[in-house]
Amino acid sequence: MASTAIGHVAVRRGTARRDPAPAELLLTVLALVALSVLIVLPLTAVFIQAFEKGWQVYLDAVRDPYTRDAIRLSLLAAGISVPLNLVFGVAAAWAVSKFDFSGKSALVTLIDLPFGVSPVVSGLIYVLVFGAQGWFGPWLLDHDIHIIFAVPGIVLATTFVTFPFIARELIPLMQSQGTEEEEAALVLGANGWQMFSRITLPNIKWGLLYGLVLCTARALGEFGAVSVVSGHIRGETNTLPLHVEILYNEYNYTGAFAAASLLSLTAVFALGLKKLLEWKISRDTEGAAE
Amino acid sequence: MKFRKYNGVLPGFWPAFSYTILYLTLIVLVPLSAVSLKAVTGSWAHFSDTLASPLVLAAFRVSLGTSLVAGLLSVAAGLLVAWVLVRYEFPAKRIADALVDLPFALPTAVAGIALTSLYTENGWIGRLFVPFGIKIAFTQIGIVIALTFIGLPFVVRSVQPVLADLDAELEEAAASLGASRWQTFLRVILPILRPALLTGFALAFARALGEYGSVIFISGNLPMRTQIVPLLIVAKLEQYDYAGAAAIASVMLVISFALLLGISILERRSRRFAEKEAV
Repeated sequence: MASTAIGHVAVRRGTARRDPAPAELLLTVLALVALSVLIVLPLTAVFIQAFEKGWQVYLDAVRDPYTRDAIRLSLLAAGISVPLNLVFGVAAAWAVSKFDFSGKSALVTLIDLPFGVSPVVSGLIYVLVFGAQGWFGPWLLDHDIHIIFAVPGIVLATTFVTFPFIARELIPLMQSQGTEEEEAALVLGANGWQMFSRITLPNIKWGLLYGLVLCTARALGEFGAVSVVSGHIRGETNTLPLHVEILYNEYNYTGAFAAASLLSLTAVFALGLKKLLEWKISRDTEGAAE
Repeated sequence: MKFRKYNGVLPGFWPAFSYTILYLTLIVLVPLSAVSLKAVTGSWAHFSDTLASPLVLAAFRVSLGTSLVAGLLSVAAGLLVAWVLVRYEFPAKRIADALVDLPFALPTAVAGIALTSLYTENGWIGRLFVPFGIKIAFTQIGIVIALTFIGLPFVVRSVQPVLADLDAELEEAAASLGASRWQTFLRVILPILRPALLTGFALAFARALGEYGSVIFISGNLPMRTQIVPLLIVAKLEQYDYAGAAAIASVMLVISFALLLGISILERRSRRFAEKEAV
């Protein structure tokens, strides 16, 4: 059908959805201005201010021992919390997507809970459990175990805020894939592990990587939750985002923006990876549909 | 009623399920319940005194007000950006689309100092407003800008898929019945987008209420005027007033869980709507 004709008005397919050219131009320009002011400008400002005093000052700022300690701690926190949430994500997605049980939708809602909690509250809850006045505070004090204002607290807070990322990526993906391929593998004599590693894992690999990228980016960049449990001891409990704050509050702007530029580069890299994976996933699902 | 309804041949339900419950309980449920317990088991007088103090009430007013305005701004800008990204072709469209997610990926502290440097009186944007006597950084306007930055992607990503799936025949029918483009937008397209816009707004608003890192630098944290609720929780903790911090946090949790529930109801309803349409 090339055209729809009702009465005297004939509309050719395609033109009905087109906006007048001036409107199109105006809206495009407005949208690009909004994106530039809100998003591109802040990103540019980070790099310009980081390099304001030249390369040498930038390199010195990045090589500063406290900055390096902060980078190391951020990597450590992400290195522990991301694998923990990866194992959890796969287990939760397996139970939720391949089986039916009562209370399933309640479980999925509970998994999403940390997304609804303010970062500051995410830190506070661990202070209330492990802090000096917390539930286990006196016992921990007696046994000289430090969780709050120490590295374990930072790891816990990071784990909490990144908790849902991988599970919520995998659950819809594995639900859409159904159980037939796994069942076929079992019928053909595969054991549980073979079924998982040869059927399930290849099927979910891009979705898994996608969740992994989002989870890692957030783990490296978390500020509010970590700030509450950290205690801000330089060289000991200072992650890279916290270090940015300290340098900024000391009016060491070049140092703050130099550290911030490292985090921004990581964010841009994560965005690129995310887009690449989205493209891979959509190509895979299109291929499967054909 | 049997707990497990499906008894297929697939292995691993009990290990996967038990681990999920155990990990969820240890990392999320037990610590979260600590807030409500602390708020409830503390003295009632302290709880109500904390929440009724002028400082706390002012902070709630600032947080709710700026989050509301920022949510509405995010809806306006988000609809515009989503429309342009779905409907038009222009150079660097893919890059523009990828950039929308930057606020999700950029650490909040980085966003905070970058926005502050732009909007202070000698910043690139802030200085343009000095001749008009408008201060942006260290006022509520600054808070709104930071929260709009954070909220924008939520709206774009809620609206974009609905707009892309919109049935061309609806617009053709409207046009063939003589509606102008603007009438078609107002009476046909906008009502269809309403649930997605509402979801985007609710997500942006919920995130804005709890936001900390991107706000505290640009807000200046003036008591009664630019102090947000999350900052007050941190301040209570620094004074070792754990019960006070828990009292404020418990109110925050109630608000954000109510929002979360509302969002999931909205999403379920729009999904049911879409399924009915498909049949």
